[in-house]
Amino acid sequence: MTLSTPQIKDLKIKALHIRKGIIEGTYNAKSGHPGGSLSIVEVLTYLYFVKMNVDPKDPKKEDRDRFVLSKGHAAPALYATLAEKGFFPVEELKTLRKSNARLQGHPNMNYVPGVDMSTGSLGQGISAAAGMALGAKLSGKSYKVYTVLGDGEIEEGQVWEAAMFAAAKKLNNLVAFVDNNNLQIDGTVEEVNSPYPIPEKFAAFGWNVIEINGHDYQQIADVLENSDSSDKPTAVIMKTVKGLGVSYMENQVNWHGAAPKQPEYEIAMAELDKALAETEAE
Amino acid sequence: MADTVRIATRDAYGKALVELGEKNEKLIVLDADLAAATKTGAFKKAFPDRFIDVGIAEGNMMGIAAGLATAGFTVFASSFAMFAAGRAFEQVRNSIGYPHLNVKIGATHAGISVGEDGASHQCCEDIALMRSIPGMTIINPADAEEAKQAVFAAAEKDGPVYMRFGRLAVPVLFDANYKFEIGKGVYLREGADVTIIATGLLVGPALDAAEALSAEGIGAAVINMATIKPVDREIIVDAAKKTGCIVTAEEHNIIGGLGSAVAEVVCETVPVPVVRCGVEDVFGKSGPALELLDIYGLNAAGVAAKAKCALAMKG
Repeated sequence: MTLSTPQIKDLKIKALHIRKGIIEGTYNAKSGHPGGSLSIVEVLTYLYFVKMNVDPKDPKKEDRDRFVLSKGHAAPALYATLAEKGFFPVEELKTLRKSNARLQGHPNMNYVPGVDMSTGSLGQGISAAAGMALGAKLSGKSYKVYTVLGDGEIEEGQVWEAAMFAAAKKLNNLVAFVDNNNLQIDGTVEEVNSPYPIPEKFAAFGWNVIEINGHDYQQIADVLENSDSSDKPTAVIMKTVKGLGVSYMENQVNWHGAAPKQPEYEIAMAELDKALAETEAE
Repeated sequence: MADTVRIATRDAYGKALVELGEKNEKLIVLDADLAAATKTGAFKKAFPDRFIDVGIAEGNMMGIAAGLATAGFTVFASSFAMFAAGRAFEQVRNSIGYPHLNVKIGATHAGISVGEDGASHQCCEDIALMRSIPGMTIINPADAEEAKQAVFAAAEKDGPVYMRFGRLAVPVLFDANYKFEIGKGVYLREGADVTIIATGLLVGPALDAAEALSAEGIGAAVINMATIKPVDREIIVDAAKKTGCIVTAEEHNIIGGLGSAVAEVVCETVPVPVVRCGVEDVFGKSGPALELLDIYGLNAAGVAAKAKCALAMKG
């Protein structure tokens, strides 16, 4: 499917609103993980606004497609996407991590409409996603399950237990995106404990593997179309830029788990508003 | 007694799963390459399409179980207690316990009665681990009948349940008239001097101990505490008031198991002496199961000796 220029423009506008939501949330929380949230915005935008069969008015509907944020610390991105989609008010993003809020530091499926699985402990989300995909097969349903993993997260052994299982059980209704922004808390992924080469690892485990630019909507659209006809689970290795959209956060490891303070918040919002105005004028 | 019928609770578990599978089409059973030992193999044979072997990957198994539960299935996930509660603890805590998903963990080969395999496989820590997870129900049945009823009750209950089964064939204590209820302890014997609160494999020896104490003129009540969480506070308070001292008996570390659960209730309500009979904070070892139970004092004599300690403390 070739995306039209107006379609791409619409997705870009939504993504900028989602990026603003990430900054709004982490700024108000005075903590959180903006860097790895900003790197997955395009894939979330495409999934929730084009690909996935979900209904904000009926968040638990049985035949919906599922999404599991295996890298649960990117919760600000998921919350901002769900709010933009209409699962709950955008204003609520300001309550992120507050002691009376539904928006926990990591997603809780019982609190937040639209969250399909509680995650946060790395390596566990992909197993739950595989369980959901198996559930679809066992009940003869056609829904699909999407999950996003961090490139640091795949250092967890459980990811590979799940990868082996998904291929062995032929879960071709499962798509795992790896957010390859090349940074984890302690440094670059190579410095810490290199997971490279990532595509070869998933291929060796029996997956359909595709590498894309994780910020390119046409590539995201194509890879998802490809996954629909695969007889294997699909791993999408996305090259991404951590912190994308906020100049001083881009490719900076220190923005993995730090929130913008007042002056930084204002710079970030000004940059995103400017990008929004430019995109709308296109 | 030579004519005592002995059945391992794991066998009752496997049979109960088959019965449940006939009634409940949404029942799925997972195992981690131990179906022959955990007895989920019976379910595999009866319902091959609803049995999933995840291979030797217990952490992943708990995540798969969680995902299936979110899709509306009732999931039983099985392995040995060591791996179900031990290795996969954090997956049980975060992927099942925290979202309170409808997953039943059927943990077999609990305790030192695993026997010859030795300490690496003799899990005496599982109750302690599972007790610390909010919202987790823990059931440790005493015999085959109770195990069967516990499996049915667990399937009916929404939310996570940890069930503890043994490898060793143990005497059948109850018939179909026995009624197991989650959260309820049951008096099996009355007695005025001391109460023995036992769970699982130690319920039989507790009854034998009470009989032996009776011959010495000591009246020992016996409570079967199959549900360790939520523990039956009412019956513990009743026992503390009636007999003024309590002995707990379990095939588990004396730290964190039934003994701890009972002591917590007693010291907050009716403070009386509580003496714990169990594995005394040591690892097990290889050997025939019955010999090991004797070595670690997990028999009638061991329970009776602890009962006398409790009586002495009562003064």
